[in-house]
Amino acid sequence: MALRMIRAQKLKSFFSLIGVLIGVTFLIAVVSIVQGMNVYMEDEFANRLVGLNTFQLRQRPSIVMEDVSDETWRAWSRRPRISYADAQFVRERITVPVTTSFFCADRMTLSYAGKQAKDIELDGAEAGFFTIKNYNISAGRVFTEQEVRAGATVLVIGDLIAEKLFEGVDPLGKSVTIAGIPYRVVGVVAKQGNLFGISLDKFAVMPFTAPARRHICPHNVLDELQVQAASHDQMVAAMGEAEAAMRGRRQLKPREENDFHLQTSEGALSGWKKISGILMMALPGLVAISLVVGGIVIMNIMLMAVSERTREIGIRKALGARRRDIMSQFIVESATLSLVGAALGIAAGLGLAWVVEALTPMPAAVAPWSVAMGVILGISVGVIAGAYPASRAARLDPITALRAE
Amino acid sequence: MNPELIRIRDLERRYVMGGEVIHALRGVSLSIRRNEYVAIMGPSGSGKSTMMNVLGCLDTPDAGEYWLNGQEVSRLTDDALARVRNKEIGFVFQTFNLLPRATALHNVELPLIYAGLAARERRDRAMAALERVGLGNRMDHRPNELSGGQRQRVAIARALVNQPSILLADEPTGNLDSTTSADIMQVFGELHALGQTVIMVTHEPDIAAFAERVVVLRDGRVESDRLSRDSAA
Repeated sequence: MALRMIRAQKLKSFFSLIGVLIGVTFLIAVVSIVQGMNVYMEDEFANRLVGLNTFQLRQRPSIVMEDVSDETWRAWSRRPRISYADAQFVRERITVPVTTSFFCADRMTLSYAGKQAKDIELDGAEAGFFTIKNYNISAGRVFTEQEVRAGATVLVIGDLIAEKLFEGVDPLGKSVTIAGIPYRVVGVVAKQGNLFGISLDKFAVMPFTAPARRHICPHNVLDELQVQAASHDQMVAAMGEAEAAMRGRRQLKPREENDFHLQTSEGALSGWKKISGILMMALPGLVAISLVVGGIVIMNIMLMAVSERTREIGIRKALGARRRDIMSQFIVESATLSLVGAALGIAAGLGLAWVVEALTPMPAAVAPWSVAMGVILGISVGVIAGAYPASRAARLDPITALRAE
Repeated sequence: MNPELIRIRDLERRYVMGGEVIHALRGVSLSIRRNEYVAIMGPSGSGKSTMMNVLGCLDTPDAGEYWLNGQEVSRLTDDALARVRNKEIGFVFQTFNLLPRATALHNVELPLIYAGLAARERRDRAMAALERVGLGNRMDHRPNELSGGQRQRVAIARALVNQPSILLADEPTGNLDSTTSADIMQVFGELHALGQTVIMVTHEPDIAAFAERVVVLRDGRVESDRLSRDSAA
C-alpha cells in the first residue's frame, strides 16, 4: 500500500527522497572507486613497480609518493652507492630462501636494420629478474646464469620493441646494436599492458655484466639489489637480515640511521594510502550530511501528508485503528520512501562507479558491505524521519479529524 | 423480550469553546434494546452530534454511564475505545467517508484489517458484504467511479462487515437525491428486518419516519421519546 502512495505522486516522491538518494550514491560510488583503486594500486601498481613479496636494496628511494625537501634529496645523493660487492655481501647473508637479482637501468637507443628505437629503458639484470618481475616469455627464453657470468651480449626485449622495431619480423636470433655493440635477441617478454596510460613494454633486458654496463652501471655500482621471498613474512625476515648485513658492512653505530634504502611495494603504496585514508574519513561526513538533509525533507513531506490526510486518519480511527496502527502505517510509508531512495542511490552509485571504470584508467570494485549499509541507512533514515509525523498522526482526535476538509 | 443493548444514565458532556463553556449534554438517559430502529432528532445545538459521538465511542462523557453490549465504555482508554468501535459499531456517514484512493473492496476490508484478520478471510468477508448490498460487480472501482448511492452502499457494507452490535448512521441520506435516499432507506429497512439494531441521527422528519422510535433532543436533554405512529411496535 505504501508503494501505491509513492507511485501516485511520482514527482513529489522523487524530490522528497533526493537527499537519501544522493547520500547513498556517494557511499556506493566512493567506496567502489576506492576499493577498486586499492586493488589496482596493490596488485598492479605496487607489485609491478617493485614486485610481490619483494624488497629492493638501493642508495635512495626511487618511488617517492610525497613531497621531499631539497635538503633530504641532497642528503640522499651524498650517500654511498650500492656496489657489486655490497650486494654480493648482503645476498650471501640472507638465510631465508629468496630469488635475487642485481639491477641497473638507464635510457639507451637500440638499432636494428637501420631503424632506431630511442629512449628505451635498458635493464641490466640476472636470470632471477624475470621471476621477480613475473615476466612471462612469449617467445624464446631468458638468459642463463652462465651468460651472466660471461657477460654475453644477449638481449630479451619487451613486446613494444618487438612490435615497433621488428615490425612483423621474428626478432629471435636477430642482432640489435646498443652503443655500437651487437646483441643477439634470445627472448621476448609477454605484453604487460599500460599503467596509468604509460606503456610497460618499452624496455629490453641484458645481463648486467654485458658491455653496455659502462653506460648503465658504471664503476661496478648498482641501482638496486632485488630480493624476492615466498611470502610476506619471509620477505620481512629477509629484509631484516639484509638491513643487518648492510649496517655491519657500512659500520653504522646503533643510533645512526641507514645510509641506504630498503624499498618495498608498501612504501609505494604509502602515498595512496594517505589519499584513500582521507577520502574514507571524509566520506562518512558527506554521507551523513546528505542523509540528515534527506531525512529532514522526508519528515516534512510526511508532515504534509499527515496534514492532507487528516480526514483519512479520522476515518481509520473511527473504524477501529489504534494509535499504534496509525503510527506503524506512517512509519512504514516513510521507511518505504526512504528505502526507494536508497535503492535508486545504490543503482546510481553502481552506475557511477561503472562509468568511472569505463572512461578512466581507474578501476572500481563494488563492496557488498557498502550496498548493505545503503539499505540499512535507507530504512533507518525513513524510520527516524517518519517517527515524529507518525506520532502526530496517531494522536489526532478522530472527531476533529473527521471534520477536516 | 429483547435484552438491553445500550443503557445510558445521566450522560453529561461539556466543551470549552472560545472561552465559553458549552454544555452539549446535560444529563441524558436512554435505553435501546436489540433490533430496535431508533431515530435521534433535534435542532442544531441540541446535542445530537455529541450524542452520536458518545454512542459511537468516538468521545467519552464527562459524567454518567454508558453500557454497550454488557460493557461499560464511558471511561475506557483510547486504544480500548478503538477496539470497541471496531467490534461493536458500524458507522455510516453523511459524506460517505470512503478512502478516495482505495478500491471499494479495500475500503470494506479496512475494519477487518484492524480486527487482525488474515488476508484471505478478509477478502472473502469483504466480497460477501459487497454482494449483500448489490455491488459484487463493482469491487475494484474507486469511489470516484461510483455514484452517490453506490458509495453509500459501500459504506454500509463496510459498516456491517465486522458484524457490529449497532449500525450508527449520521444523516445517511444528506448527500443523496430523493430516489437514492429511498433506496438507502430500503436497505436500512431490510437490515433491520434481518435483526440489525439501527440508530440514525437526522434532522429530516421524512427520514426519521422510517424508524420505529424517535428520540428528540433539545438543549442537551431528551425532550421526547415516542414510538413512531406508522411502524408496528
